[in-house]
Amino acid sequence: MTAPPSTAPTSTSGGASPAPGPRSPAPPGRGRVRWLARSAWRQLTSMRTALLLLFLLAMAAIPGSLLPQRGVNPLEVDSFIARHPTLGPFFDRLFLFDVFAAPWFGAIYALLFVSLVGCVVPRTRMYARALASPPPRAPAHPSRLQHGTTYVTSAAPEVAIGKAEPLLRRRRWRVVTDGASLSAEKGRLREAGNLLFHTSLLLLLAGVGLGAAYGYSGTVLVVEGSSFTNSLINYDQFTSGPLLDRAGLPPFSLKLTSFDASYQPDGTPRTFMAHVAARTDLAGAATPGDIAVNAPWRDGSAKVYLIGHGYAPHFTVRDASGRVWFDQYIPCTPRDENFTSTCTVKVPDTGLPAAGPNKRPQQLAFTGVFFPTTRLDPREGYVSAYPALQAPGLTVRALVGDLHLANGVPQNVYALDESAMQQVPVTGPAGTRRPAQVLAPGNPKQRTLTGLPGGMTLTVDDVRQFATFQIKSDPYKGLVLVAAVLLLMGLVTSLRVRRRRIWLRAGRGSDGRTLVEVGGLSRSEGDRFAAEFDDVARALARR
Amino acid sequence: MPVDLGLARLSDNLLFVAVVCYSLAMLGYAAEFAFRRRRAGEPVVERQPEAALVGAGGPPIAGAVPSGEGAGQQASERDDDRAGGAGRDGAGRAGAGRAGAGRAGAGRAGAGRAGAGRDQAALAGKIAVALTILGWLAHVGSLVARGFATHRVPWGNMYEFSSAISLVAVTTFLVLMARQPVRYLGVFVMLPVVCYLGLAGKVLYTAAGPLVPALNSYWIKIHVVAAIIASGVFMVGAATTVLYLFKERWERRQPVPYPDEPGPGVAVVTRGGILARLPAAETLDRTAYRVIAFAFPIWTFAVIAGAIWAEAAWGRYWGWDPKETWSFITWVIYAGYLHARATAGWRGRRAALVALTGFAALFIDYYVVNIWITGLHSYAGV
Repeated sequence: MTAPPSTAPTSTSGGASPAPGPRSPAPPGRGRVRWLARSAWRQLTSMRTALLLLFLLAMAAIPGSLLPQRGVNPLEVDSFIARHPTLGPFFDRLFLFDVFAAPWFGAIYALLFVSLVGCVVPRTRMYARALASPPPRAPAHPSRLQHGTTYVTSAAPEVAIGKAEPLLRRRRWRVVTDGASLSAEKGRLREAGNLLFHTSLLLLLAGVGLGAAYGYSGTVLVVEGSSFTNSLINYDQFTSGPLLDRAGLPPFSLKLTSFDASYQPDGTPRTFMAHVAARTDLAGAATPGDIAVNAPWRDGSAKVYLIGHGYAPHFTVRDASGRVWFDQYIPCTPRDENFTSTCTVKVPDTGLPAAGPNKRPQQLAFTGVFFPTTRLDPREGYVSAYPALQAPGLTVRALVGDLHLANGVPQNVYALDESAMQQVPVTGPAGTRRPAQVLAPGNPKQRTLTGLPGGMTLTVDDVRQFATFQIKSDPYKGLVLVAAVLLLMGLVTSLRVRRRRIWLRAGRGSDGRTLVEVGGLSRSEGDRFAAEFDDVARALARR
Repeated sequence: MPVDLGLARLSDNLLFVAVVCYSLAMLGYAAEFAFRRRRAGEPVVERQPEAALVGAGGPPIAGAVPSGEGAGQQASERDDDRAGGAGRDGAGRAGAGRAGAGRAGAGRAGAGRAGAGRDQAALAGKIAVALTILGWLAHVGSLVARGFATHRVPWGNMYEFSSAISLVAVTTFLVLMARQPVRYLGVFVMLPVVCYLGLAGKVLYTAAGPLVPALNSYWIKIHVVAAIIASGVFMVGAATTVLYLFKERWERRQPVPYPDEPGPGVAVVTRGGILARLPAAETLDRTAYRVIAFAFPIWTFAVIAGAIWAEAAWGRYWGWDPKETWSFITWVIYAGYLHARATAGWRGRRAALVALTGFAALFIDYYVVNIWITGLHSYAGV
């Protein structure tokens, strides 16, 4: 691709990194392979390629922000594919729903970092060499440089130069002198900052990669009064990096002693606070702690975040003799901001004999809707009017039949397979043999439901809160932070420090006095060097 | 704590005052820019002002500008353009000397006739600066009043972000003006600022109220402030870059290079129009670079601080949320700009286009992402 001359007027000027030069003809045989490799390497590590890769990276990231991403919101991806039956699968094949894990994104990324290494390594070598060598000798006539001036002194040339040296050193210039001339240099930190910036980028990438390989994340739901121990089996959901030792998770445990939620009068949330008793090893003593939305609890590299909460009514199932067959707090899934929640209770063991010609088991299930503050709306029926627990109520219906739990197929605890279940009419506060009942856990007279097969009863006599926690561990987070801080330091240094040189050359003029030529050159952009040079030259002349 | 309605109203009124001041200042800068004569000691240019510019907002000073023709004066104008640009660069003193000496006589002759026009234009510029400072004070007052009215930092929703970004842009312009002769930038900074504030007041306006819980963290003071400062400064950088592109094109189209050849024809110079009065493209380019190089580390810091906040709030420092993605894109493009300036074949026009692309990405990051793309940053309150 060649740009027309009118659009690229400066293309002939030299760049900071030389573009690959004109190609020499390829040598034959094994030399040819090496020539090709070297040419490819030079092409890859040139600044132009790096620029193109940068822009490619920016462009590749754009679909990641416009289309739903699996890593961020998998449900939305599914619904997008469902809504676009032709386009969806096509996008999926192009990894457009996993842009940041896509091979093409990774390829750009990898090439960019190879290019970065190819830039940092030789430049570091060059910088080290430059550090060891003194600033270059003064030119014959320093005053003819971009910044240049002269002054006249009665001192001998060697004396004039000798006087200039301490002055420049006091102003923190690096000075080399050979009697009749002097070279001074300042701002070599600029390149150091530049190298630090690019090296930190590599370090940052390493930290991100290691974190992804050794980190884990999972969610867990804990009802007030119960505990969670950090091992794989206790998680409701768990993902981890390929190199994580899954058996070696830190053995902390958390007991949710109580959960506090407060709300504004209009129902918007004010504060959430989970009070926990934590043990960092199983034998140790428990220490109390609090987990709030912006304040996680931590143990080593693992952090426990509060991400949700809700209500768990207490369900008790008894048979006709009063024997208890089921006794559990069942978390209900909140579905609006006033915590109207859906509850599903499965009671596999009921003591009831198998029934019917097919000898189907008689297992019990209850589905219902829980309202922390129950109100009977004339149009919408029962609703929750406020998120706090002020007048708890539960509409519930009962089913009997086969829960299909024994088939070995894993089931969602919050969903009921009703294919082999049959609804049974129940008796309770709402009347005799109704399809559904309304229970009030706070009222001892209105919290029991009867009329189940075999004279069994259901009682809902208590409500506790639950909290959902997310446990995250990224052991290389610290490395990423350090890299980011170094990156910023390098960036500021490389943009703020300017590299500049001053040369002096003294000689006898025709009138017998000494003429000192002063010249200066700034290798960086910005025009503040002119002022600095004038200042130095004036100070030198005053000597 | 309840919102102090009196202070909230005061804040709204002050912002209105600021917008009025900025708009008037914009007119003043435009007038000065269009009708400006040479500064003292420089030869005078005489030219009929272009009708388009008067239409664009110049008050009717047009009648006061004398018109003059003559090859000698046109030539002096060419010389002067080169000298003015070079002198400001500090790069070519020789050029300045040549032009000054050679044409001083012709220039002084014209100075007497054009004196009145120059004074009026300079006066317009000075009034514009005074109005900008007045508007700036009202703007600061508006933000402070909003903060006290709501008992929180006054940058908690899109309306307040836009106002704060504009304030930073105006501040950057004022600071720049104190250090360099950049009054010519006035129109081009005030225009986007007035547009931003108009957008803020008309479309994004949100009544004073408390913060949404997600923003209730001390990181709002760190991350959001850094993002606002960087954006405001980038805005000034983008305005300068646009000017650079126009001037660069104008310079490229000058058929005869200065100075030793016969001066260009009348048609060529008048076609340059007001662009001739901008500083040399090189100066504009360098100013744009310095402004962007100042903002880039601040933007980097804003992104890093955002990652730290995300880690504290959501448990991960980076999750490719749309806001994060566009911050990343913006960062990558501006990083590309800094590299492009040091690459043969990219510096100059192409680098400037990269900088403008970066600003476009920043705009998307602020407005498009908040309004049209849902993500974790969708607190916008639009």
